[in-house]
Amino acid sequence: MSRQAILGAIRRGLKRGPLPADQRQMLQTRMAAHPRHIVPSRGQLPAEERVRLFMHYVEREFGSVARLPDLSAVPDAIAIYLAQHNLAPLLVAASHPVLQSIPFEQTPLLRVRFGSSGADDAVALQHGFAGIAETGTLMLPSGPARPVLNNLLPDHEIVLLQAEDIVGSYEEAFDRLRLAGDMPRNVMLVTGPSRSADIEQSLELGAHGPRRLHVLIIDGES
Amino acid sequence: MQPTSDTFKQNATQAMADAGLQQALAKTKPMLVKKRRAAAEALPEFEALREAAMAIKNHAIAHLDFYLETYAAAVERSGGVVHWCSSAEDARQAVLKICTDAGARTVTKGKSMVTEEIGLNHFLEKNGITPVETDLGEYVIQLRQETPSHIVAPALHLNRADWEESFRKAHTDLPADRVFAERRDILTEARSKLREKFLAADVGITGANFLIAETGSSVIVTNEGNGDLTQSLPRVHVVVTGIEKVLPTIEDTLALLRVLARSATGQDMTVYTTFSTGKKRPGDPDGPEEYHVVLLDNGRSGMVGTEFQDMLRCIRCAACMNHCPVYGAVGGHAYGATYPGPMGAVLSPMLLGVETAGQLPNASTFCGKCESVCPVKIPLPNLMRHWREREFERHLQPSAMRSGIAFWAWFAKRPAAYRLATRAAAFGLGLLGRKAGRFRSLPLSGNWTGTRDFPAPEGDTFFAQYARRKNRR
Repeated sequence: MSRQAILGAIRRGLKRGPLPADQRQMLQTRMAAHPRHIVPSRGQLPAEERVRLFMHYVEREFGSVARLPDLSAVPDAIAIYLAQHNLAPLLVAASHPVLQSIPFEQTPLLRVRFGSSGADDAVALQHGFAGIAETGTLMLPSGPARPVLNNLLPDHEIVLLQAEDIVGSYEEAFDRLRLAGDMPRNVMLVTGPSRSADIEQSLELGAHGPRRLHVLIIDGES
Repeated sequence: MQPTSDTFKQNATQAMADAGLQQALAKTKPMLVKKRRAAAEALPEFEALREAAMAIKNHAIAHLDFYLETYAAAVERSGGVVHWCSSAEDARQAVLKICTDAGARTVTKGKSMVTEEIGLNHFLEKNGITPVETDLGEYVIQLRQETPSHIVAPALHLNRADWEESFRKAHTDLPADRVFAERRDILTEARSKLREKFLAADVGITGANFLIAETGSSVIVTNEGNGDLTQSLPRVHVVVTGIEKVLPTIEDTLALLRVLARSATGQDMTVYTTFSTGKKRPGDPDGPEEYHVVLLDNGRSGMVGTEFQDMLRCIRCAACMNHCPVYGAVGGHAYGATYPGPMGAVLSPMLLGVETAGQLPNASTFCGKCESVCPVKIPLPNLMRHWREREFERHLQPSAMRSGIAFWAWFAKRPAAYRLATRAAAFGLGLLGRKAGRFRSLPLSGNWTGTRDFPAPEGDTFFAQYARRKNRR
């Protein structure tokens, strides 16, 4: 069987048999402790600087950001964004409790459907699990409340992120994810809108995923 | 692909005379070097991260059997299936069986060098299944029936006009007189063409940049989002990757990610870095119902414990080829193998045999630039030297070259004779060329003097001058 052949060849190369129990235990312990390596100092800033660094990198990576006081400011902010980009006031939003608590009824012109993005949806709203300041990266784990397709199919993705969920480093974001339960089926780390440099190494935005990525940062308590 | 590494010299000569290729290389190479340098300089911890990345990969390879078993068990716990494949043929058969069982007619593909290594597209086509490459560069390469000339930027050898020509030829349903005013128009056309394919595919095949033993996850990085659409829309997701990709934990992976994009494209982070773990879960609105991992050995396990073990650290960032003067002069296709550049010159003799690919380790000036930019510090020139030694031991070089080397070695091992002979030669040549200061032709040196003059020695050897100067101090 291939499995035994491959493992056998590796062990012959390493000039040993299967690892003895004590060494296996050591490696298990290392995995359970999952020690961190070097975390860049720019990923270890205090809260307000962290938010500003996050915003800086989102914009540098061709995304856009708006900072809002609380959830009640979201419908207007989205309506303005759609108008600015000459888009119809239509939106598909992930069925996440935080997004469901946004008072969309106050902006009657904006029509919101909750669920997964289809191929014809122009704009999707997603809930951000965490923002990572070190590179302006969003952590978007999959699950019933966070369809993966909302990150991929629409031309515009708007991600709502609570300021308190902006962490310094990837490691901190994964620590929070570990606390939330098992590893989700799909965890996307998204840094800016989709792009390609395959044509003469010249950067063009909007390859297969969203052409634009807009982040709404909510300062208030959730 | 049919390897043509054995005709590297002819391939290289042709490549140097290919105006289109030379234009593409001249345009892109300086950009790749500049972007990587800027990204590395912007992160004070970059050099320390390279050390950490090297140590993590070394640890993973020293316990590769353990981490592969741990990884496979974790994949199975998350509802996935692992297919262990010793050879390229085993891997092709495993993928075909998954596709046939799924009743697949078309499969979409994310960018994967391992599927190039095993010639998967050709094999699937022969068996009635249509593979569709979805990475923009891979897509145009597939339309042109070419192979990638670079492991990260597969269409590096093409100019904009080549793209337009290929798109006009392939997309005959669109108006023939449409205008591609900007590069963006090419991209937009590919986007709409491929959207249809993403939605229609029965199976999605991707590679993996990393595998994580702790969680049973496969990790891909893409800028376009094509890999994510490939693995999220079809009913079946197949990951095809090499056994050396496994890492112990998420934290180990994060350390490698911090050096990967910076070394490859000069980005701090690739746009989409995605961790996939098993099949669709209860309540999930999307995701594949089947998740398969085809784990390929194809000679990798045979490198463990040999002088080539360091090569298993490679994370396929392409920094070595981006900085290589030889790659920069001849491009990727001249290497005639799946993996070009310095990393390819080390891997290809292993994959194809030293008889076929033995010339590639010789296609190096040993300038050391590749090693100096490698994010996991692989001693590439040294590994190429090991292949040169093996090639020499097996008498694979032409006899003129062998006797030349043997002749040189005789002198090199006898310093007194070496100095005497070189002094005599320098003196003689200096005398002969005193007037012109250079030679237009010299016996036995036609390859050199055919394209440039040979400077006349100024009467003495380096050794002699060095000894004199040292005495003066």
